[in-house]
Amino acid sequence: MLTMILRRIFLGLATISIVSLIIFAGVEILPGDACTQYLEQDQADVELLEKCRDDLNLNRPAHERYTEWALGALTGDLGMSVNGEAKISDLVGARFANSLLLAFFALLVGVPLAMLLGVITGLWRDRKPDIIFSTIAIFAMTIPEFVSATLLILVFSVWLGWLPGIVLTSAGSPISEFFPEILLPVIVLSLVMTAHVMRMVRSSVIEVMASDYVQMATLKGVPYWQMVFRHALPNALLPAINVVALTIAWLLGGVVVIEVVFNYPGLGRMMIDAISDRDLPVVQAIALIVASIYVCINLTADLMTMIANPKLRTMYLRK
Amino acid sequence: MSAATFINIQNLSVGYTSQSGEIIRVLRNVSLSINRGESIGLVGESGSGKSTLALAALGFFKRGLRALEGDVEFDGIDMLALERDDLQAIRGGRLALIPQNSGQSLTPTLRIGLQVAEALRLHSQLNESDFEARVVELLTQVRLPEPATLLSRFPHELSGGQQQRVAVAMALAGEPDALLLDEPTTGLDVTTQAHILELLRDLASERNMAMLYVSHDLGAISRVCDRVAVMYAGEIVLKGSTKQVLLSPRHPYAHGLLSSIPRLTQTSLPLALDGRPPMPSETITGCAFADRCALADERCRSTPPTLKQLESGEKVRCFHPDRIDQLPVVNKTVTQKGNVSADHGGDALGLNQLAISYAKPSLWNQLFSNASMPPATVDNINILIRTGETLGLVGESGSGKSTILKAIAGLISPKTGHLVLNGEGRLTPKVENRSALHLRQIQMIFQNPDDSLNPRHNIAQILAQPLRLYFSLTGEELRQRSIELLERVRLGSHYLDRRPSQLSGGEKQRVAVARAFAAEPAIVLCDEVTSALDVSVQAAVLDLLNELKAQRGTTYIFVSHDLAVVKAISNRVAVLYQGRLCEIGPVEAVYSKPFHPYTDVLLGAVLEPDPNFMPKLSADDVVELSPPKTGCPFQRRCPRKLGKICDTDVPPGRIFDNGHQINCHIPETDL
Repeated sequence: MLTMILRRIFLGLATISIVSLIIFAGVEILPGDACTQYLEQDQADVELLEKCRDDLNLNRPAHERYTEWALGALTGDLGMSVNGEAKISDLVGARFANSLLLAFFALLVGVPLAMLLGVITGLWRDRKPDIIFSTIAIFAMTIPEFVSATLLILVFSVWLGWLPGIVLTSAGSPISEFFPEILLPVIVLSLVMTAHVMRMVRSSVIEVMASDYVQMATLKGVPYWQMVFRHALPNALLPAINVVALTIAWLLGGVVVIEVVFNYPGLGRMMIDAISDRDLPVVQAIALIVASIYVCINLTADLMTMIANPKLRTMYLRK
Repeated sequence: MSAATFINIQNLSVGYTSQSGEIIRVLRNVSLSINRGESIGLVGESGSGKSTLALAALGFFKRGLRALEGDVEFDGIDMLALERDDLQAIRGGRLALIPQNSGQSLTPTLRIGLQVAEALRLHSQLNESDFEARVVELLTQVRLPEPATLLSRFPHELSGGQQQRVAVAMALAGEPDALLLDEPTTGLDVTTQAHILELLRDLASERNMAMLYVSHDLGAISRVCDRVAVMYAGEIVLKGSTKQVLLSPRHPYAHGLLSSIPRLTQTSLPLALDGRPPMPSETITGCAFADRCALADERCRSTPPTLKQLESGEKVRCFHPDRIDQLPVVNKTVTQKGNVSADHGGDALGLNQLAISYAKPSLWNQLFSNASMPPATVDNINILIRTGETLGLVGESGSGKSTILKAIAGLISPKTGHLVLNGEGRLTPKVENRSALHLRQIQMIFQNPDDSLNPRHNIAQILAQPLRLYFSLTGEELRQRSIELLERVRLGSHYLDRRPSQLSGGEKQRVAVARAFAAEPAIVLCDEVTSALDVSVQAAVLDLLNELKAQRGTTYIFVSHDLAVVKAISNRVAVLYQGRLCEIGPVEAVYSKPFHPYTDVLLGAVLEPDPNFMPKLSADDVVELSPPKTGCPFQRRCPRKLGKICDTDVPPGRIFDNGHQINCHIPETDL
C-alpha cells in the first residue's frame, strides 16, 4: 500500500514536471519574448527592452532559465511579474486564497445537496421528486453560467436588491469583507455543480438499487432504509468521489466566466488579466499552478477511492 | 389442502401491463404445494417463469411485475396480503432464499462476517456478543475453510464456490423451515457444483427443511429433489416424482427436454427440440407447446389442455400422455460424428511447446524492480490437430482452455512456442500481422452471441462483413451468399433485416455460426458456444455444427466445461488443468479407463439426469489461483498423489493405444 502511494506520488510529480516543460516550451515558441510582448514590440524603446530583458534574465540560454524557474517554483518562488513590481508568488497567493474561499463555499453547499438530491431522485425514480429535481438539474446544466449569473443578478440585486451583484473587495482583504458579495457567485457555481454531481449520483443509485445484492438484502428481510444505507449507498456513492474531485479541481483552477461576471478577484480573473496585460511570467505561473492542482486532486481522489473501495484496497494490501 | 402443506401456491398469475395497456401474463394459473421437509424441483427453459414463481413464494415480484390473481401461502400466512414489516420478518427468517449468482448477491462493500451477522441480528434471538461465534459455526457448517479468517474478508476475495457457501450460511442463519433456491449452482465448476449439492442435501435432511429448487439443470434436480414440476411458457405442464419425470416423462416437452441433454453414457449427439417457446405477449389459443410438438393435432391447437392426474400419479397438461412412446428417443439423423481417421487429410494446426503468460511486468517493475514472474498460465502444450477433426478442450475454470483459443486466434501472443498452420509454416502470433488468407482460415465463435454480435447492425450487415472482406462480394451476389449462409444454419432470408435483439438466444448463436462460416474457414474455434443456451437449443447448435463439419470437412477446436457436451461432439479430447495437459486421446479412450486422476475427478462429479445415479466425489473443490511452480499441475488436489515426486518432477507421458496419452507419475498399469 505504501509503495503504491509513493509510486503514485512519484508519477504525479513526473506529470507536473512534464507539464512544466510543455508550458515553458510553449512560452518560448511564441514569437518574441515576455519583454517584447509586454512592451508592444514595434514601439519598444531598445534601451527599455534591454533593461527589461536584463531584469528578467531573458538573455541567458533557455535551459538555464527553465532550471531556475522550475527550481524556484519548487521552493515557492515563481519569479517577478514582467513589470518588475511584484513577486508573482505574492500576487498569486492572494488570488489563490480567494479562489479557495469561493470553492470552499460552493462545495459546502453543492456537494451535500447534490448527494442528497441524487439519492432522492434515484430512490424515487420516475416519480414526482425525481421528475421535478431532474428537470431543474437539466436546466441548471444546460444554461451557460454567464446567463444564469446575469439572471440571478437581475433578480436578486437589481429587482429585489437583496444581494450585491458585483464583488468590489480587493484581492488581499480579510475573508469577512467578502460577505455578502460572495453569495451570488457561490449560488451560481453550486447550481451548476450540484446538477452535474446529482445526475451522476442518481444514475449510480438506480444502478445499485437494481443490483442482485440489493434484491438479496431485501429478500433477506433487511428493512428498507437499513438496506438503503448499509447495502446500497456505500456502493452507489463510490463513483461520486472522482466526480467531486474533478469539480474541486475545476473550482480551484479558476472559474473564469463566473469570476469575470462578478468581478471576483480569483485565480481565473488573474489569468485573464495577465493575458490581456501580456504578462507572460504570470500566465506561465498560473498554468503551472492549475496543472499541479489537477494532479494533486486526482491523486487524492484515486487514493480515497482506493481506501473506500474494498476491492481496490485489498488488491494493494494483500499483495 | 392437506395439513402437511407448507408452501401453498394456488392459481397464481403474475404479469405486467405493457406500454399498449395490455396485461401480459408471465405466470398463468400456477398451483404448487410443498410439504414440510419435502424438496421440489422446478425446471424449464429460460423465460418459462420458474424464477418468478420462486420469488413469488416470498411475496416478491421484480420491478414492473405484480400478482394478477391467486394466492401464495406460507405456513397458513397469506404472503400477498402481508405488510412490509411482517414480510421482512419472514424473508430470510423462516423462509430463506439462496440466489443464483452469489458473487453478485453479496454486497461488495460489506465483510462476509457482517453480512451473515446481519441475518442473525434480523432473525435470531441471540445476543450481539454471541454473533461472532455463531457466524463461525455457520461458516463451518457449510464447510468453508478457516471460517475465523473469512469473517473479515470481502466477497470478491472468495472463489465462486465459497461465495455460494456463504450465501447458504446466510440463509441458514435465520434457521429457516423452507429454502428457495434459484439456480444455486449455475456457473460453478462441476466439482464445486457436486459438493454444494451434497451439502444442500445433507442440510435439508438434517434440519427437515422444505426446498423449492429452481434450475434448468436436470442433473442437479435429480440429485436433490423428491418431486419435480416442469414449467413451460408460464404454466406447469408436468408434475410428478423425480423418478417419474426424469425416467419416464409423460409430457412431450419434458420428453424433448430430457432427450436434448447430452449424457456421458451416450456416444451420439442429443436430439434437438426445435422451435422456441412462445413469448408472454403472444396469444396462445391451444396448448402452448403445440407448435413444437410432434404429437400435436387439431385439438391441441384449438383447446388448451388442463392439468390432469394420471393413474400413475403424475399430473400432466397434455391430451396425449399415452402417446409419448411414439416420440423419437435418440438422434436418428446423426448417429455418429463425422468420422476422422488418422490418415484422413493432413495436419490442420500444430501447437508446438506453447506457453502463454498473462503476467506482464509493469513499466515500473521493469525499470525499478525485478520481482519474480509467476509460472506461465499455459505451459508446454503440444497438440497436433488433424484436418476435419473436432478436438475438445475440457477443464474447470482457470484451466487455460480459452487462453489457448485466444492464442490460436492471435488475440494474445504466446510467451514461447509457436503455431503451425496446415503443416506448412509458423503462424504469425499477432492477429494484426497475419495475412488475409490466414485470417480467413481461422474463425472464432464466442460464448455469448449477445456480446459478439453488434446490436446496431442487422443480420445482413453482420454477414456482409466477412463476405466483403475476404471475397469482395457486393450487391446481389453478396445478398445471395448471405441467404445461402442463413439457410445453411437453418434460418431463412427474412432474417436479413432483423437485428440481434429481435432474435432468440439460439437464433443469435446460429447467426454467429453463419458469420464464422461466411469466411469458409479451415479451422473454427468454438469457445463455450453452447454454455449460454438452454439445453434444447444447445442440442440444435451442436447438431448444426456437426452437420456443417460433415459437409465441409471443417476442423473444430471445441472448448467447454461440460464434459457430456464435449463427449457428444468431439473426436479427440484434451483434458487441461491449470494450463497444463493432463490427458489427451480419442474420445472413447479419455472417457473410459485408464484415467488421469483429474479426468477421473471431473467425470465423477458430472451429474446425470437420473435419480439412480450417484456422483463420486474424490477431490476437494479448492480453487487454485495459479499453477504450482514445479511438478504436476494437479499435485495439490490429487486424490492419488504418490508423494514428493509429484511436487518436484513434471509427470511423464504414459502412452496408450491410438495416441492416448496420460501425463502422470502413476505407472500405466495402475491408472
